[in-house]
Amino acid sequence: MSHDMSEEKLPESHGSAGHHEVAAHGDPFADPGLPAHEPRRTDIDERAAKRAERQVSLMFVVSMLATIGFIASYVAIDKEKIVYVWPLGNISALNFALGMTLGVALFLIGAGAVHWARTLMSDVELPAERHPIEADDEVRNDVIDQFRTGAAESGFGRRKMIRNTLIGSMALVPLSGVVLLRDLGPLPEDKLEHTGWLEATPAKPLALINMNTNLPMTAEDIIVGSLTFAMPEGLHTHDEDFQQRIAKDALMLVRIAPENIKDEKSKELGFEGILAYSKICTHVGCPISLYEQQTHHALCPCHQSTFDLADGARVIFGPAGHPLPQLKIITDEKGFLVATGDFDEPVGPSYWERAR
Amino acid sequence: MSSASSTTSGAAKPASTRAKPANKWEQAADWTDGRLGIYSLARANLRKIFPDHWSFMLGEICLYTFIIIILTGVYLTLFFKPSMGEVIYQGSYVPLKGIPMSEAYASTVDISFEVRGGLLVRQIHHWAALVFVAAMLVHMMRVFFTGAFRKPREINWVFGFLLLVLGMFDGFFGYSLPDDLLSGTGIRFMEGAILAVPLVGTYIQMFLFGGEFPGHDIVPRFFTIHVLLIPGIMLGLLVAHLILVFYHKHTQWAGPGKTEKNVVGMPLMPVYMAKAGGFFFLVFGLIAVISAIATINPIWAYGPYRPDQVSTDAQPDWYMGFSEGLIRIMPGWEISLWGHTLNLGVMVPLAIFPMVLAAIAVYPFIEGWITGDKREHHILDRPRNAPVRTGLGAAWISLYLILLMAGGNDLFATHLHLSINSVTYFVRVGMFVVPVLVFIITKRWCLGLQRRDKEKVLHGRETGVIKRLPHGEFVEVHAQLPAKDLHTLTAHEQVEPFELPAATDENGVARKANVITRTRAKLSRGFYGEGSQIPKPTSEEHHEITSGHGHH
Ligand code: FES
Repeated sequence: MSHDMSEEKLPESHGSAGHHEVAAHGDPFADPGLPAHEPRRTDIDERAAKRAERQVSLMFVVSMLATIGFIASYVAIDKEKIVYVWPLGNISALNFALGMTLGVALFLIGAGAVHWARTLMSDVELPAERHPIEADDEVRNDVIDQFRTGAAESGFGRRKMIRNTLIGSMALVPLSGVVLLRDLGPLPEDKLEHTGWLEATPAKPLALINMNTNLPMTAEDIIVGSLTFAMPEGLHTHDEDFQQRIAKDALMLVRIAPENIKDEKSKELGFEGILAYSKICTHVGCPISLYEQQTHHALCPCHQSTFDLADGARVIFGPAGHPLPQLKIITDEKGFLVATGDFDEPVGPSYWERAR
Repeated sequence: MSSASSTTSGAAKPASTRAKPANKWEQAADWTDGRLGIYSLARANLRKIFPDHWSFMLGEICLYTFIIIILTGVYLTLFFKPSMGEVIYQGSYVPLKGIPMSEAYASTVDISFEVRGGLLVRQIHHWAALVFVAAMLVHMMRVFFTGAFRKPREINWVFGFLLLVLGMFDGFFGYSLPDDLLSGTGIRFMEGAILAVPLVGTYIQMFLFGGEFPGHDIVPRFFTIHVLLIPGIMLGLLVAHLILVFYHKHTQWAGPGKTEKNVVGMPLMPVYMAKAGGFFFLVFGLIAVISAIATINPIWAYGPYRPDQVSTDAQPDWYMGFSEGLIRIMPGWEISLWGHTLNLGVMVPLAIFPMVLAAIAVYPFIEGWITGDKREHHILDRPRNAPVRTGLGAAWISLYLILLMAGGNDLFATHLHLSINSVTYFVRVGMFVVPVLVFIITKRWCLGLQRRDKEKVLHGRETGVIKRLPHGEFVEVHAQLPAKDLHTLTAHEQVEPFELPAATDENGVARKANVITRTRAKLSRGFYGEGSQIPKPTSEEHHEITSGHGHH
């Protein structure tokens, strides 16, 4: 690189500004050299030194007592005991006692050691030489020569076919490791496209089960301005795959006076103003839980995406990219709210293969 | 014994000049040296010199908290069950009785309530992790602002950077293990983020989770990553980091007797050993006390994870807060094309996050390229003497804080009674404006400090003594600085910016510098040009003022 900083631009012989020869020229900024050592109190006063010694030992002794206290607390204090400690409030007595004794035991070893070093060990500062990290030219040339000899003897540069096939095989062999990861999980297929509501058909609809009461609901159960959470019938909290299913099936039901519903399609999918939206936020999938009655806005607590439930759950604020999917609901002959099919688009966060 | 052996092995064996061991310890050391060669190793290191400055302790805190995390982590693995198998809780914590939950969550509750001291160790582990990441950040700031990353230490800067990133991610994985409502929300976030990756997102998600979210495999897999994979890599990096610190020897501040060719301080044995060793216990002790009195991550209060529920304060640990902030302020952009969806609202923040980090990693190389400085540096820069670097660092910190604020926009809104939307709008703009402002202010401030230093060197220090001159004027007496301060304040070097070579060469042939060279010249002017450093006092100036008509 010819464009490197030219030597004369750099302050000459850097580091030498602090050398004593320069001082001889009467430079007021020259390095005056290491200052003389100033003795501490404990260096000259034997009584002060003795006192420091006692202080250090005292800390070590208290540390020993604290460790004994730790063991005693472990044995003696009931693990369920709660105590009131001002200003912390009600806390576990065992946790408090163990932590305090352990803390004191450790802290005092440290404090003792530091105090010892500061008061009684020598505090004379000493200089040590640095050596340049770079090797000198002789070593460098020697190593390069040796390497060249070795490389020439291997014939690595000469036998191009061996070299190239070696590089090729080395490049491919890690692929085996990647392939081995395949069985970590199943292929995506269309798993993300459907939810548990897929089982519902017009002939065999699925009832909406209230998450709190575990009972099916009629339209009258849902009052205007309320938010109710529901799951499909046949799903139970003790099911093996409950977590996986509720992560997609969860519904929130909102009832809005029909004249206030701005989106026609949304009104059609609902039943008498009861709209069933996916509870899973379309941003990254948190369950939406905060609802404002007057504005019909639902807010996701994770990153505050806000959906207007009166307007097809359109995103009105925040990072979510598309509205919440809506589930078509009707009532069956007994008057229970049911779904007759799946959402018409995937629920939850979007992904590459997601159409629409 | 020695005489017996010498007779049997014959007269050819030369007599050893080695001194007889004075006691049992020396004897043991001799024995070990014969096998491991410890003497040659110790010769260079026993009295190795370490300079002293409070900020050099920051790195030590990182090391010690890392050790504490490993110690407590091993203890926790003895009790934790990394399994998603479902159990019904029957332990002693009444509010959770009879509730179905994963074994991971149940065993974490057990560690907290059933295992004596388990709660304490859990809290020490978590607190130490927070202190660890915080200390790494502050340690890096120290290294950055003092220019300690310059040659020969660039590689160690990268090692340190990797440790920070790995530490943050390991913290995130650890935080996810108890499978409580809060950590489950974090994993859900991660799933959404993975799905936003174009082309392969769904595949990665299925493979990582072993199926659809949340799946059964995620906790055992995270467990292996958290306790084995990442800590293993970190341990290797840490050892390399420390070896390099030893090899390079520590940097030091300019001062009397301190040059680029020496290191001034106290020897490893005994002073540094006692101080550093003692400091480990101080850190450990303090964290134990904090864990005794301050509850952290009370997972029993959140409850087990359910994908259709969320706890109110859905917040990651603070060190992930700035990525959370990025996600929160991003507008919800989504592109649908040809049956495919590109989720920009998640993808863009996810791409910026590593870029903000990577900017730190490559900084030493960029600065080295701009300055073209190929020399070794062991004397630290005072931050004020490198205004552009200091300004960049401060701007970066302000960006971090702004994003952290965005990550807690809900807290800001509720605690300060603001609208969450306005907090978000403010941050959206602030993220671009604030760092620029901070850069400008910091740079000016540094220049002001440089000016003050110059003033002090030339005119001395204000003594607070007011003197009345014969003709009635009042002046404050300025005292000449002692030689050691004069030296310290003028020890820094000032480099002239790199200039483009003349437009024509010596033969008059036009020569065009390429874009890269021109950029470099521009940047170099930014770094060292007129607006970026106050010329330091020269000895002539000093002579003139001090030898003139009395100092005032
Ligand atoms: S998950 Fe709902 S806003 Fe991010």
